[in-house]
Amino acid sequence: MSEKEVKNMEAIFDQKIANDEKIEPKDWMPEKYRKTHIRQISQHAHSEIVGMLPEGNWITRAPSLRRKVALLAKVQDEAGHGLYLYSACETLGISREELYNQLHSGKAKYSSIFNYPTITWADIGAIGWLVDGAAIINQVPLCSTSFGPYARAMVRVCKEESFHQRQGYEIMLTLCNGTPEQKEMAQDALNRWWWPSLMMFGPTDDESTHTEQSMKWKLKRKTNDELRQQFIDQTVPQAEILGITIPDKDLKWNEERGHYDFGKIDWDEFWQVVKGHGPCNKDRLETRVNAWEEGEWVRDAAMVYAEKQADRKVRKVS
Amino acid sequence: MSSKQKDSSFSENMIKYIYGIADNSLILGQRLGELTGHGPTLEVDIAMTNISLDLFGQVRSYFQYAAQISDKDVTEDDLAFLRTEREYLNVLLVEQPNKDFAYSIGRQFLFDHFHFILMTELQNSKDETLVAIAKKTIKEVSYHKRFSSDWVKRLGDGTEKSHQKMQTAIDDLWKYTDELFHTTEADEKMIEAGVGVDVKKLKEQYYKNVSEVLEEATLQVPDLKYFQKGGKNGIHSEHMGFILTEMQYMQRTFPGMKW
Repeated sequence: MSEKEVKNMEAIFDQKIANDEKIEPKDWMPEKYRKTHIRQISQHAHSEIVGMLPEGNWITRAPSLRRKVALLAKVQDEAGHGLYLYSACETLGISREELYNQLHSGKAKYSSIFNYPTITWADIGAIGWLVDGAAIINQVPLCSTSFGPYARAMVRVCKEESFHQRQGYEIMLTLCNGTPEQKEMAQDALNRWWWPSLMMFGPTDDESTHTEQSMKWKLKRKTNDELRQQFIDQTVPQAEILGITIPDKDLKWNEERGHYDFGKIDWDEFWQVVKGHGPCNKDRLETRVNAWEEGEWVRDAAMVYAEKQADRKVRKVS
Repeated sequence: MSSKQKDSSFSENMIKYIYGIADNSLILGQRLGELTGHGPTLEVDIAMTNISLDLFGQVRSYFQYAAQISDKDVTEDDLAFLRTEREYLNVLLVEQPNKDFAYSIGRQFLFDHFHFILMTELQNSKDETLVAIAKKTIKEVSYHKRFSSDWVKRLGDGTEKSHQKMQTAIDDLWKYTDELFHTTEADEKMIEAGVGVDVKKLKEQYYKNVSEVLEEATLQVPDLKYFQKGGKNGIHSEHMGFILTEMQYMQRTFPGMKW
């Protein structure tokens, strides 16, 4: 392609984005757009499947049949999200195996929140309420992002996430209406999950490296700080209904701003976990790698069997 | 015997009969739940979690019904989580551990084929609730059976390694299949009443169906003289205590609370 042709393609591409038209896998796209999307969509897919682990941790111990069924369904939904996000990513010309390799080698990231341990049943409630709540705020704008397969996947993801969020809140509500022991369990979970949830929106705007370009491509509609504020404003009244206290002594309503002011986030902790030194980083990755390696003979068998079946079909026809 | 005594012995046997079916789904569902997030592929992970989900759904229907029949004030969760080990009446097969993927598939396969013919027959029960549960369950189980049979074929007729692993799993698990066709006293009472299924009569069909799949999978049908039994009378393997410890953890640690 000549330089002029590339320029022309770029102009068409930019126009499409400006017109809110979708970019589809077979459309021409700048290499940077492709790479950025592979990075973001795969990071999102990895987060879904790593996210299965802290919650899957409680499937065998769920306190009632109803909760067990709901938790199984939720973790299964996450696997489903992973599946269609990997598929969306594959349309950009990368294989699922390559994406897994990037995760397993530590090259690709996943949401840091899943590097915290789930140590009580209330953590399952808190994750639904706070972590899925934060995820929805991050993800709703993506339903209208420019890359078609991603946008369509996100429509379904968001519907299911919003169901998970209500489910998590309902677990918290049941605990808070239960015995003092149960309420204490809920408070303890909020204490541990609050700050990591705020960190889910990423570094502050002045430290965020991808914002400007992502805004242009509609991968982002609001900045990290705006989304974080939205989450806090939405969550504080929910905690009040539960009757538990958000662990931030600086949290208070600011009449002038029309928002809650909040305390300082421990960014050292954030970077420590992002860099691989959180409480569960090593375990999570090891678990994924083990599942993949131990499954190798199974995948090999399935491939060989499929080849044999195809051969048999050919022989039958001829 | 007064009619009240007669009724209470009927409902006692009925509840035991329900345990005999429901506990299989409960313990197998629990075993499958251990695998969520650890599957060899994402698709397999989703499928096996889904099977677990189906099994727990069935458990809820059975235990809600058993709780209703019981003259004690109990809930589905009391029945699922608060019995002692000797009171669980599942077969030994379903409590066997997830040693590797071939074992998990082998266990599923040997159970699904039984479950399918049991649910087919249970639809002829004189008990309307059991009929309704069986009608819903059979749809799920026919999918489970297809899933596990397909994997037995893939692994059996796949690579040399997978063939060997699948054969070992079937050889090791085969000794638990005979118990599927045993009946307890409660089972016999329910069969007499036209409520229960006489599983003794399903044995031949079961081995025929299972053998067909194994042959297609290029696997040997084991020829065993000695089998294991006990689960149906509450005498379990050493695995069972650990399964229950985990499953009952919350209910035992925080007695009497709502979740």
